[in-house]
Amino acid sequence: MGTLKLKDVYKSFGPVNVIKGVDLEVRDGEFVIFVGPSGCGKSTLLRIIAGLEDATSGTVEIDGEIVNARPPNDRGIAMVFQTYALYPHLTVRDNMSLGLKQAGRPKPEIAERVAFASRMLSLDDYLERRPAELSGGQRQRVAIGRAIVRKPKLFLFDEPLSNLDAALRVNTRLEIAALHRKLNATMVYVTHDQVEAMTLADRIVVLNGGIIEQVGTPMELYNDPANRFVAGFIGSPQMNFIDAGLLGVSDADTIGVRPEHITIVPSGGDLTGTISHVEHLGSDTNVFVNCEKAGLVSVRLFGEHDFEIDSERALKLDPARSFRFDRDGQRLR
Amino acid sequence: MAMSGARQSLGRSAAAHAILITYTIIALFPVFVIVINSFKTRKAIFRTPLEMPDAESFSLIGYQTVLKQGDFLLYFQNSLVVTVVSLTLVLLFGAMAAFALSEYRFRGNSLMGLYLALGIMIPIRLGTVAILQLMVATGLVNTLTALVLVYTAQGLPLAVFILSEFMRGVSDDLKNAGRIDGLSEYRIFFRLVLPLVRPAMATVAVFTMIPIWNDLWFPLILASAEETKTVTLGAQVFIGQFVTDWNAVLSALSLAILPVLVLYLIFSRQLIRGITAGAVK
Ligand SMILES: Nc1ncnc2c1ncn2[C@@H]1O[C@H](COP(=O)(O)OP(=O)(O)OP(=O)(O)O)[C@@H](O)[C@H]1O
Ligand SMILES: [Mg+2]
Repeated sequence: MGTLKLKDVYKSFGPVNVIKGVDLEVRDGEFVIFVGPSGCGKSTLLRIIAGLEDATSGTVEIDGEIVNARPPNDRGIAMVFQTYALYPHLTVRDNMSLGLKQAGRPKPEIAERVAFASRMLSLDDYLERRPAELSGGQRQRVAIGRAIVRKPKLFLFDEPLSNLDAALRVNTRLEIAALHRKLNATMVYVTHDQVEAMTLADRIVVLNGGIIEQVGTPMELYNDPANRFVAGFIGSPQMNFIDAGLLGVSDADTIGVRPEHITIVPSGGDLTGTISHVEHLGSDTNVFVNCEKAGLVSVRLFGEHDFEIDSERALKLDPARSFRFDRDGQRLR
Repeated sequence: MAMSGARQSLGRSAAAHAILITYTIIALFPVFVIVINSFKTRKAIFRTPLEMPDAESFSLIGYQTVLKQGDFLLYFQNSLVVTVVSLTLVLLFGAMAAFALSEYRFRGNSLMGLYLALGIMIPIRLGTVAILQLMVATGLVNTLTALVLVYTAQGLPLAVFILSEFMRGVSDDLKNAGRIDGLSEYRIFFRLVLPLVRPAMATVAVFTMIPIWNDLWFPLILASAEETKTVTLGAQVFIGQFVTDWNAVLSALSLAILPVLVLYLIFSRQLIRGITAGAVK
């Protein structure tokens, strides 16, 4: 139980339009991730769903009910914040149980739910501590625990991992994935880390400037981007955009090719250039080739390769994996 | 290198301490003179005002006069009631207004903030005549209520100004987490926000309390009746046009320092935390 439907949602702060017409349906049990550049309105959209911000127009439906007029605590949602936002004066146990106490739930039920969440997140040893006595990762687990205890229809996460260091981020990411599987709950998650988005999401919503650019599974976005923005946003290193004229293509403005779909050949490729930099990552090698008019082209090769800087090479693009875009950045199919 | 660095910083901290100690001595000197002279005979006060009381010049005559003359205990009580009640009202209403200004978006928010801060620049004494007329009209002349109202109005602008700045710094996420857990705005204010701005509250408390305790102007004008006199006003009875009972004046002033000192000590720990809050962390 937990579907979400946004219909024609607009939001402006005074004269500034931040969300400019968003329609979205999230199915029960789905893990949906909002990605987009900083300031595109991801957090604002999430806060509208949570009821912390009123939509200027449009409706928010949770489980088929319009909840626009309901306060956050009455929407059946729980939210995890980037800054953890634990109550500093309460113990871990009280942090987790405050919402239920506030809702007037019986004590045994509260105790049972806290025990369930703390077991799941291995927080049993910390229940009597205060947030100041916990590490960052533990604090974020408590914040997640506080969300689980509410048994929400909808989990909302606003960049929950971005205050954690790299190793902890991977661990907590796995933990959230496990959580999703175990609870089978509907989750909406905001991030600007595309690795998080690709690895966790059932579907990704790419936002830009307050509108949805594309919605799809990670592989749909990767293999079939709707426009140049999505193509450039998903994938790392970024997709190469090359002037179509330089490749002898007449019916498009730019050609987009991902670094992994370009090979370096001794001669007779589509482009030639000089090697300007090589990054060795062990599993792959990123080669940056300076192709004069076409600019810096990145090539991703699997395994270990060595190239002499400033040596001249030819590049071959995989025509089956190239995308054509028109002048406005729309995909030509 | 390390040695010279250490020596240099030692020199610097010695200089800093010298300056601070000098300042402390200058600031405390008048207080010190008042306190030592309050324990001397009248003759000794005039002949050797800067000497410590010795066996010959020691006298408690001033304190005896003060405790006999007039109802000094009542004056103390009046001062305390006025200060504590005004302080409580300033902190409560100041914090609430600051919360509203920093937390809610509404039309005229910044204008309202400016209006409330205006009082910092315009001394309330300019309105004395109007205030007196108001108090006469409402029958509040010669009541402590009149003083409490005036001092609350006097203290609010600074309180709102300082507290709203601090409250803007309280994490939005924390307040929102409270809202999702179903806390009312009042609980969010009292339980989440107030504890986090406690150092700022202490700062405001000290800056509000001292002018109220020391004020002579409004007690003189609004509440000069015997039963509503404050300590500062009460001490004036010893200052005559021709003869002044210096023993009594100095003793009364020394006594008047005590309560405010106690209040200050209560707040000062928090105050120091407030001052250093930005520096360390
Ligand atoms: N309370 C507010 N008043 C005015 N403008 C706001 C307010 N909150 C957000 N904005 C504006 O709305 C836009 C979107 O903000 P939002 O926080 O949703 O971005 P975001 O996508 O979450 O960015 P980030 O990835 O940096 O967190 C920003 O341009 C921001 O300046
Ligand atoms: Mg954000």
